[in-house]
Amino acid sequence: MNWHEYVAQTGQVPKWPYELGYDKETVISCDVLVVGGGVAGCRAAIAARQGGASVVVMDRGFSKRSGEGGAGVDHWHGAVTNPCSKVTPRMYSEAAMDTTDGFTNGLARYIIGKEGYDTLLEVEKMGVQIRDEDDEFKGSIFRDDETKLMFAYDIENKHCLRIYGYDIKPCVDREMRRLGAKVLDRTCVTSLLTEGGRQGARVIGATGVNDRTGEFVVVKAKAVVISAGRTNRLWGFAPELTESQSMCNLNQTALGNTIGWRAGAEFIGMEMSGRAVLSGLGYAPYSTGNNNNTYQGAPTVDRNGKDVYYANAYGKLLYDEADIFKASDEGSFIIGHGIGLDNGYKPQYRITTTDPELWKKVMAGEYQQPFYNDMTKLPATSRRMIFGLMLAHEGKCRVPIYKNFTQWGFDPDKDMLQYPVQDYSRFPIDTSWCGPENTPANWRGGGGGYLVDWRLQTSLPGLFAAGCGPIFGHGCHGESHTSGRYSGRQAALYAGQNDAVEPDAEQIRRERERCYAPIRTNGDVGWKELNYAIAKIMQDYCGDYKTEHTLDMGIRRMNDLFETEGQRMYASNPHELVRVIESLSLCELGIAYMEAAKARRGSVKGLGFFRNDYPEYDEAQKKHIPISLKDGKVHTRDLSLYYHLEAPYSSDLEENYQRYSQA
Amino acid sequence: MNWHEYAIRHGKLPEWPYEINYGRENVVESDVLVVGGGVAGCRAAIAALQQGASVAVAERGFTKRSGLGGAGVDHWHGAVTNPCSKITPEMYSDTAMQICDGYTNGLARYIIGKEGWDTLLELEEMGVQIRDEDDEFKDTMFRDEETKLLFAYDVDNKHCLRVYGNNIKPCLDTEMRRLGTDVYDRTCITALLTDGGKQGARVIGAMGINDRTGEFFIFKAKAVVIATGGGKRLGTFAPELTESQSMFHTNLTNMGHTIAWNAGAELVLMDQLFAGGIDAGYAPYSMGNADNTYQGAPTVDAKGTRVQHASAAGELLTEERQIFQSARPDTFVIGHGIGLGPTNTPDYNVSTLDHALNDKISSGELRLPLYNDFSLLDPKHRRLIWGLMLSHEGKTRVPIYETLSKWGFDPDKDMLQYAITNADMLSHRSSWAGLEHLPPNWLITAGGGGIVTDWRLQGSLPGMFAAGGFPLFGSGCHGEAQTTGRYAGRQAAWFAAEHDAVEPDRAQIEREKNELYAPVENEGGDVSWKELNYAIARVVQDYCGKYKTEEILDLGIKRLKDLRGAEGMRTYANNPHELGRLVECYRLIDLGICYMEAAKARKASSAILGFSRVDYPETDPPEWHCLLPISQLDGKTRVRKLPCDYYRRAPYSDVLSDNYDVYSAPAKMEV
Amino acid sequence: MLTMKKFALPNQSGPCRVLSFDDKCVGCNKCVNVCPMDVMIPNPEKGEEPIVVFTEECWFCGGCVQECPVGALTLVAPAKQRISTIWKRKETGEEFRVGMTNPLPPVTTPPSGNRK
Repeated sequence: MNWHEYVAQTGQVPKWPYELGYDKETVISCDVLVVGGGVAGCRAAIAARQGGASVVVMDRGFSKRSGEGGAGVDHWHGAVTNPCSKVTPRMYSEAAMDTTDGFTNGLARYIIGKEGYDTLLEVEKMGVQIRDEDDEFKGSIFRDDETKLMFAYDIENKHCLRIYGYDIKPCVDREMRRLGAKVLDRTCVTSLLTEGGRQGARVIGATGVNDRTGEFVVVKAKAVVISAGRTNRLWGFAPELTESQSMCNLNQTALGNTIGWRAGAEFIGMEMSGRAVLSGLGYAPYSTGNNNNTYQGAPTVDRNGKDVYYANAYGKLLYDEADIFKASDEGSFIIGHGIGLDNGYKPQYRITTTDPELWKKVMAGEYQQPFYNDMTKLPATSRRMIFGLMLAHEGKCRVPIYKNFTQWGFDPDKDMLQYPVQDYSRFPIDTSWCGPENTPANWRGGGGGYLVDWRLQTSLPGLFAAGCGPIFGHGCHGESHTSGRYSGRQAALYAGQNDAVEPDAEQIRRERERCYAPIRTNGDVGWKELNYAIAKIMQDYCGDYKTEHTLDMGIRRMNDLFETEGQRMYASNPHELVRVIESLSLCELGIAYMEAAKARRGSVKGLGFFRNDYPEYDEAQKKHIPISLKDGKVHTRDLSLYYHLEAPYSSDLEENYQRYSQA
Repeated sequence: MNWHEYAIRHGKLPEWPYEINYGRENVVESDVLVVGGGVAGCRAAIAALQQGASVAVAERGFTKRSGLGGAGVDHWHGAVTNPCSKITPEMYSDTAMQICDGYTNGLARYIIGKEGWDTLLELEEMGVQIRDEDDEFKDTMFRDEETKLLFAYDVDNKHCLRVYGNNIKPCLDTEMRRLGTDVYDRTCITALLTDGGKQGARVIGAMGINDRTGEFFIFKAKAVVIATGGGKRLGTFAPELTESQSMFHTNLTNMGHTIAWNAGAELVLMDQLFAGGIDAGYAPYSMGNADNTYQGAPTVDAKGTRVQHASAAGELLTEERQIFQSARPDTFVIGHGIGLGPTNTPDYNVSTLDHALNDKISSGELRLPLYNDFSLLDPKHRRLIWGLMLSHEGKTRVPIYETLSKWGFDPDKDMLQYAITNADMLSHRSSWAGLEHLPPNWLITAGGGGIVTDWRLQGSLPGMFAAGGFPLFGSGCHGEAQTTGRYAGRQAAWFAAEHDAVEPDRAQIEREKNELYAPVENEGGDVSWKELNYAIARVVQDYCGKYKTEEILDLGIKRLKDLRGAEGMRTYANNPHELGRLVECYRLIDLGICYMEAAKARKASSAILGFSRVDYPETDPPEWHCLLPISQLDGKTRVRKLPCDYYRRAPYSDVLSDNYDVYSAPAKMEV
Repeated sequence: MLTMKKFALPNQSGPCRVLSFDDKCVGCNKCVNVCPMDVMIPNPEKGEEPIVVFTEECWFCGGCVQECPVGALTLVAPAKQRISTIWKRKETGEEFRVGMTNPLPPVTTPPSGNRK
């Protein structure tokens, strides 16, 4: 029953069901603290435990299903060392750098290439099926009959694997708990503790608030891994409209980045902010006809049953199913899709997509809407692979799509699934369910993350980063496991070599005061009202139009909001209190984004970044601009896009990996 | 305190404060029933009473402040017969028709031209200030010294007047009640009663429910005036995001259109369903602006560089007076925001900011943000914008004038910032509307579509009259609504005097009651009005958007019927208020079907209507240059073609004044 | 039903009711505990079904449905979603959707994969 029904039927407002402990403080010590118990965090915790460290995991939700990967996954990128793969880690990293003109993370992509497959094999041991064990797809072009591995996107190079990942999160969660990681569920991290309480000093722990009891927790650690999520809620905020349709959720506030920003860590790529394609204003993920990503290879027909073809990156129509899963250039490979390379994709690395002339043909009357997925046209194994494997295992698909559709009688052997009727002249049909037409132009998505070294350590000693949100330019689900595992190992090594430091009592006191202000102030502004206002500022001052002056104004507006309405917040229970804390942190994060946009005095294609006062695309802008807070002031510097291959590092990827991947 | 605070403080729920009697019947009899008590409805009621009719008004809200005009008004269009005006009703009507390729209401525009000024003078008698009585604006170019009238938009032709309209609705309401109107507030009308309960028959009343008690109302009347509002909620629904920023509100569901459609009346231009809206940006007039109420306010950029105004022809203007002149000496500024949509010539348009604004921002010549700098104005001109316009326009007295003043905004010293937005979007005149905040597929029903009428403003159904900016197709804004309301009310009274009452069909009443009260008897209902409304908006956005074909529109109609038959049968209402919202949703489904049927009927594309059919790509072919009245008979849609200038063809005269002379008088005087 | 008419309640928040529990629910609260967003609370009456409180925060991942040991839980997609997901039976041209009035019989093919 929902709350409305309960109160209407009983005439009573339910009491808060958990004991309140706003004045309670728990102190825990450990070697490694992992902030964020999503797939990256669980993997970090497991690796750190395996490295002999004692581990505490702070999770905003409940780690069995939390995080963006908690709802499942159907394919695994970067498994380039699997026995069938023709792609090497070097090719993988270099292609990612090449296709983005250097605006991605060359070292993370290399680490992922080196360890992605091993990371997957461990998942298999934890109970996740990664092979066609029952020979259901025997003889299919997507399968290697010896290893029983199955391939997505590129059947010649075989480096991206289809997997049965709907239960991946329960499996890694179980393993993490089995190995003895202490999990603090329902705990929202609020700050990092630094040595002496100073900005820019070594990170020695973190603080958090429990969203059921309101209790304060202090975790002391020798090393901290940030593996929190990306940001939702910053430019776009309309939960009533978006949550059912979004791949992101309200727990995703990039708080893991905000606490690092406040602690003085360096960030790169924060100026990147593209149109919010996954705004949540469209349709539930994969709920409408589509031929992209999880649906790659699904045939499309128009209302008269006329075939719509795929085309390669050069617009050449493809008539054979196998050709859909081949690179457009001989000798190249399809790097993947949805792995954070959206400002790049040179043709030789691109996936195949719908006939680019489709809309012209619609206007000429050659095709008519609506379009449909007609999977009956596929060989039975291919059809089963899309609907039975991919759609049943991808995130947010098992229950909302597979279970729900079949319950209501959808049968891929007989039925065609309708695409949304939309004006596809404005966006490719491949993004149909994302609903770009349903999204305002000024809703945007932020990029960027911690600057990391070859150990995935940030610029702050003792602070490591893992996963999509914290690490700039790093990828998707499989990549998060891999960087989490690597980062956890490194954190354990660090903890083994460094002593614990007692946190600064004053820093903890100040943080407590900050966190509980909304309980004491008896204010009149709710977390949603504040969040709406934050989003409005970001839309206006960090949208399409950017100049030094307007960015300055945006920063001023955000500070103003923080200092006025932000001091008049209320929270009627711990759940609301934590949403308030998150919303206040979004003010800081928004400022960080605007500072980063200010710091880049130029426009860069590779970042999808445009400054109206520096409209020229400038070769000199092909660099990173790390940004951080020092004594409360913004500090920037220039850094080569290939810093990971420059001094003090070796110019060779493998040499660096060999030097830094172990103790 | 809000509801949440009450529940927290008291630890209990407030009980529903009104006695609930779902289905209890109330019968109201009158000569004339006015549906909708906004400015048009109040004027209709007053006019009908003045002709000796007994009048009932059914109002969704509370007439003192309800309706789109209830929140105030600052300028009055169509007062072309005022003593200073150089415009004639003929010029006014003919120009409107000419610049829209005939896709507006020529007869209504003529009636407005003939009677708009008289309608305003009556308002003055009711207590609304329409002149600069205190000589505050003496010797400005906007004022006529003799009459003390103040002009907007066009200081040469002087046909659009600035008025002190903050209290206009309370004045009208007082007068309407003083004259003895029987007012039924909080009543949501859901259907018209027709003779024998048949579609296409004479209209003899209406039915609805009270949103506090849930009681059922049967209004029996000899004539009915439809004077309801415009709409939202059909192609756009996101109340949590939009209501504070909208000129439209949740009560506006085009209900008058829908009940007329369901009764079998003919509607035209329902194929105009515009993309956009003014919902998602900023509170109306809350941001720097150079348009409408802000017309003439100087704009500067971030560095203080003046952004010049330009004539409609694009010529940069160097003198303030030019901002209030027409683009050519032989034309006049017809007005703005009066439902004329796109026009085929800029010659009659208002002046705007520099047409090269986009380019200058993009090239860096001008820097955002822009500001209104009122200090650049003569103090009297400044006072005219801020003290008069901004404090009398709808939704500006309290939200803008009082709030900003209270927080220290001083137009003598302060500049008001424009929204920062993409340069393309900023060049839109109403920058506060925030086009960049709108999803491209949001649709609004505030086009010119509505009931097509004869010279008496009687629709195709005997006894049903149409008035106001929305139900009467192509008829304009606030002043126009009052003028057509007054005219239609008079006509309805005359009709009532000539016709006997007809007893409604009991079966029709039972059908309506069964439909309306299903949600409160629905034990297992789990669909709220909002959930249903979200779904309706989605169907309309997807199937009646920019991409239209016969098949897509058919599918859209099918989807709406599917919603009605599935989720629509599983709704719930916790109280009469929710029930009112829910039955509005049911009617929105009917309305959506009407829009899609209208789109199906026009088998051609049209630039001036902003209408695109992918299966009929030819733009404005001559054989489709016409109105397409659509109606229902026995549930089937019927369409015919009607020339845009039907009102000056047989049986009418081609001379506007002849028609007006004949039909503006009681029927018995007809030749 | 009578009590439902008695109170002045705000509008339903969120896109729809989000979850429905059937009679099989034993009030074990496993769904409450697994939800990443913590949208539910346990019912004050032991053994009764949980209460969805923070409706608009649900992101429809279905974790609670998978957690339910007795299969009592259904994830209810909003009407705007149900009316968007349409399938057409190729042979007959008939259209169907989730939430339709005259539903098809369920398809019982299990998902691919052998871990239950």
